[in-house]
Order: sequence, then structure tokens, then C-alpha cells
Amino acid sequence: MKRQALDVFASGLAPEVRDAIMAGTTRVLEKRQTTLAEDYADPDSLRLLAGQVRQHALDHLDRYLPLAESRLRDNGVQVHFARSTGRALDIITGLVHASGTRVVTKSKSMASEELDLARRLADVGVEALETDLGEFVIQLDDDHPSHIVAPIIHKTRRDVAASFARHGLGDYDDDPEVITRRARRYMRKKFLEAKVTITGANFISAESGRVAIVTNEGNARFGLAGADVHIVLAGIEKVVARDRDLPLLLSLLVRSATGQRISSYVEFVSGPRSAKQPSGPREMHVVFLDSNRSKIVGGEMRQILRCIRCGACMNTCPVYRQSSGHAYRGVYPGPVGSVLGPLLKDDENFAELSDLARASTLCGACGDVCPVNIPLPDLIARVRVRSHREGTVHGKQGVPPMWSYSLLARHPMLWRLAMRLGQVLNWLPLQHLPLSAARAWSGSRTLPRWRGGRFRRWIRSRPRDQDG
Amino acid sequence: MQTPERDPIQGRKVQLMISCLCDAFFDDAARATVEVLRQAGCQVTVPSGQTCCGQAAYTAGDWEACRQVMRHTAKVFPGPVPVVVASGSCAAALFHEAPIAFAGEPDLPVIQDLSRRTWELTDFLTNALGVDRWPGSVAARAVIHHGCHTRGTATRDAVRALCESIDGLEILDFPDADQCCGFGGIFSVSHPYMSTEMGRKKVADVLSVEPDIVISADMSCLMHQQGIAGRLGNEYRIQHIAQVMRDASMGRAV
Repeated sequence: MKRQALDVFASGLAPEVRDAIMAGTTRVLEKRQTTLAEDYADPDSLRLLAGQVRQHALDHLDRYLPLAESRLRDNGVQVHFARSTGRALDIITGLVHASGTRVVTKSKSMASEELDLARRLADVGVEALETDLGEFVIQLDDDHPSHIVAPIIHKTRRDVAASFARHGLGDYDDDPEVITRRARRYMRKKFLEAKVTITGANFISAESGRVAIVTNEGNARFGLAGADVHIVLAGIEKVVARDRDLPLLLSLLVRSATGQRISSYVEFVSGPRSAKQPSGPREMHVVFLDSNRSKIVGGEMRQILRCIRCGACMNTCPVYRQSSGHAYRGVYPGPVGSVLGPLLKDDENFAELSDLARASTLCGACGDVCPVNIPLPDLIARVRVRSHREGTVHGKQGVPPMWSYSLLARHPMLWRLAMRLGQVLNWLPLQHLPLSAARAWSGSRTLPRWRGGRFRRWIRSRPRDQDG
Repeated sequence: MQTPERDPIQGRKVQLMISCLCDAFFDDAARATVEVLRQAGCQVTVPSGQTCCGQAAYTAGDWEACRQVMRHTAKVFPGPVPVVVASGSCAAALFHEAPIAFAGEPDLPVIQDLSRRTWELTDFLTNALGVDRWPGSVAARAVIHHGCHTRGTATRDAVRALCESIDGLEILDFPDADQCCGFGGIFSVSHPYMSTEMGRKKVADVLSVEPDIVISADMSCLMHQQGIAGRLGNEYRIQHIAQVMRDASMGRAV
């Protein structure tokens, strides 16, 4: 029986990992629902509005991106454009080397995951410390995030405590407060040592050049306080038209991501330290990452770039909940990853992740919670179309070909014949048929009795209802 | 997804699309749909050339095949007579997915015309004909399973309101009712493990409130759930909403 890679992964997932993910996603979803309902009369209409705000910026990115660039430069920021993740890596590595530091602090950024930034910096002898607690644990374990907001959603505090013990951060203790204190003590030294700090950007305003950064742990702020050089890595789609767009987007982002009303920290960084400011980075760089985004922005799946990385789509996705983020084999898991994952790949590598879009029942739960109203099920279907057109091997696995179905469905006489002949299924052992789909179905499910033809006979026997 | 603006209804003629699964497995659901529509005063025709809505090919990503099937469907159900579908999922395939799959095609207007005439059964009864109460009685405790393709459509409220108006029919809420049951058409065979796990959870959630019947506007989800329950030796009674309505009223005037 052929089946998809994600299904195979899900069936091998440890039950405790699945339970951890189920508990984590359910908790956040419920909080999201509660805060939205408490705070707004019609949260759904805000989602639609936020979708329009984001789409407006994307539809006119040719105007807003240069505008953002010139505002940033006016503010004293050096702006770089990277066509590919490789180029972005070169730029960042160059900046780090120029600063002379061996230690860099890093706050959470999905764009940096696209570059595999911390590992790549380590390759050239630079310690890039992940300062988001979850990402720090991932780094200790040489693991990969399995959720874009909660990177260690697949781990329990016992896993974390064990890993701290393994890495010399104290004897085993799974009290969350102890864990946090230990991480803090370890990081503090590094914050003071690092000359460079790297952050992502949640939004960049084209109107003011302000960079908005959302965190809960204050780690981005601490990084900024200690460093001489601040490097922002951001996809080109992070640009919004005006500062006034930010309250709406931040309100929905935080509520959707964690169910909070506001995160503990929201930084608005306008540029490097001014002459009057006593501290802060003397240099600030913004590296805009393209990596196929400029191609997506004009294409038929452009709405995917609205994404503000809240993770609500994966929290609600029954497939994500069954399979975990690692099943998606890339930076972005869940429904958004099913679309963005393969699209961010260069054309020749699209096929590698094309099967992610198969991992959906198209149930629409993701589309319902998306704070920027991305029509995720429609886009997932479109990725399938491209995967079918290109005949990708991963995408095809276990998917029955449609030609015979389409042939029957266009020829009513053949269809009606098939409806009658289907009776044989009542006598055949489905699980032994040399048909992958039949075996996949009957491994765990019975099939109802075939009754094809009966309704049509009944309706024919009632002349006043019959029609040609 | 939202229910699209539909053309206003003129007259009492309707064309019934029974869905391929009712054609193959659930003949009584198709029959009940005819009877319910007729009881509501409709003149029902059932085009014999009908086959399938094309959704299987849409979800498979083979939109070439999907368009061929949908073109056939548009031909078999000519305008201006409304098309009533005995399935929320197939109705959504025609009013939501078909226009997406035909974007840029020369015959998009034909498909848009079809989509503006397509109604799921209970949506049609309630919002086109104004039938929001159903006569008769059924003594049963029931749960309603809403197929995921009715998310955001008028079907959900319509099914619930019609069920609640039937004397003696008690509608029970059950845990995680909004979660997909894992059928997903082709997903059920390309991802059999996850599909089954999701289905088992649904079956357990449904059974936790001990209903006498599980009612839906979609037999496809019920087929999957019933298949899983059956294999576990837990088979329960499933009914299409039309069967419940027909059994409730047995010929009484609406």
C-alpha cells in the first residue's frame, strides 16, 4: 500500500509527543478564542480587514518596499537586499566578521531559520546564541523547531530539564522556574559579551521605517541593549504601508499566536543610537530577504505572503496535531507551510516539499482562524495543481490517478454501468485487491454495501419525476 | 468559505443532484431527498445524465480532469432551473471550488451561472423556499455532524433549525464537534493512518453522548465514520438529514 511520507511520519510519532502537541495547541486555541470574543464584537470582520491591509501592502510592494528602504536610510539604517538565503548569509557573515565579535545574540526569527543562520555562523567560528528560551533548548539539543511560535511544543519540561542537565546547566530539575533561571544566568554573560545582535522583524513600516519586534521574554530588547551592531533579517513581505496599520495587525497577531492581549514586549526600533541616546547599537542593518518572495507576490498564490507567523493555522490543523511540525521537513509546518514551504523553494526544488499540500483534508479550519484571512484551503489545492502538473514523485504517492474517474464521470452510460457493476465489491475482499486505494481504505474501515442502480431504478419507475 | 449570492428562485422547479456516494451506496438518502423536496412543493427532476460534481479531481490537483467533469455537470443541469444537491460538500464544490478551477477559462461564465443556481438541500429549503420548520415527529436523541465543506455556509444553521423544529428530536452537543473527521476524500487513502486516527476520535466523541442517530447533510463523512465504527464493532445509526425529515413527516403537508 502506497501512502504519503507525512502519514508514515505521523504513524511513527511517539504518543507522548503527540499528546504534548495536542495539549499545547488546544490551550492556545482556546485562549485565542476567549480573548478575541471578549475584546471584539465581531472578530471575524477584523480578520477580513487585516487581510486587506496586508494584501494592499503586498499588491503595492513595488512602491512600499523602496519607500521603506529610503525611510530606513533616512533613519541611519544600512539596507541590504538578498536575492537568496545564501546571499543573506554572506551579508550577515560579512557584517559579523567586520565587527570583530565571536559571539552574537539572536532572537527568534523564522527568516533566520530559512538561512539555518545559527548553524551556519557556527561553521565560520561565530557562536550565535539563540536567546528565545524555546530556541535555546532547540539549539542545545541540535534539534529543529516544530512550531513557528512554540518551537519546543513537541517537548515536555522533563525533556528540557534532562537536556539542561546533559549540557552542564545544573543537575536535573524540571521546575520551570529553575529552568528559566538557569537559562537566564547562562545567557546574561553572553548578552554582555556579544557585540552583534540579530533579530527578525514582525513588521516594517514604509511610512516611518519603524521595525516592530514582538517578544515575550525581553530577549530582543536585552540583545539591543548590549550590542554595538543590530542586524534585522526580514522577508520583503514584512513591509506594511503605514504606522497606523500596526495596532490592528499587532492586536490580531498576539491574540492569534498566544491568546494574550499584548506580548510582554513590543519594540519599535527606528534606527541606530542617536547622539543623545546613552546606549544602544551604533550601527543598524536591515537585510531584506527575497528568496522567491518577489515571484510569489505576483502569482496566483500571492495571498500566502500576508502571513504574519502567528501559528494559529497549525494549532487548529488536525493533520499538524497528529503529525507534529517535524513531519513537514522544513521551516514552516502546518497549513501555511504546506503552501509556503514548496513555494519558497527554487523551481527545481519545488518537488521536494510538494507533498506537504497533500497533507490536508481541506477541512477549512485553518482558513477560519487566519488573522489575515489567507484562503489557505484554496491555496493548498493550488499547490496540488502545480504538483500534479509537474508530476512530482512525492506529491503522487498514494494519490489515485483521476483519468478513469473523469472518463466515467463524463460518460453517463458508462457511469451507470459502473454503478451497477460496483455490486461485485459486495463479494470481493477489498483488502486483498491489488489496488492501493482499496487496501488503504479497508485496512481500518468497512465499506457500506454497494447499492448502485437502485435509486435510478426507483426514480425511473416514477414517470413524473423522470427526465431524459 | 461563504455561501455565494444566488439567483432568486422562480417557480417550483428544481433539478436534483444526488451525489455519487448516494448513487453508489445511499439510495435511500437520495430517495428521501426527492420526497422531502416534493413535500415542500417542488417539482423535482433528476437528470439521468448526472454523475459526479468533480470534487475528487479538484482535491487531487488534476484540474484538467476536474473541469471536464464539471463541464459535464453544467451541461446536465442546464439553467435557469436551480440545482439542489443532497450533499453540502458537493454543493460547495460547485459554488465555491468550480469558479476557482475555471479562473481564466473561456467557459467560466457557464460555471458561474451554475454556481449561482446551486444549493445544498437544507439551505435551499430554508433560504430559497423559506421553510424553517418541519412537521412531524421523531423520538430520538441525535447529534448533527457538520461536514467541513459546510463551514461558513448557510447549511449549518439550516440543518440545525430544521432538526430542532421536529417534535421529539433532541439534538445533543458533543465534544470537539467542529473537528474534521478525517475523511477528506482522497486524503482518506493517501493518508490512511491520520485519516483513521481522526475518524476514531470523531467516533469516540460522537458516542460519548450516546445518540440514537447521527445526522448529517453529508453522507461522505458518515460513510468514513461508520466504516471506522463498523471495524471496531461499534456501528451506529447514520441518517441523511432528508431521511430524518421524511421519516418525521411521512407525507404531512409542510
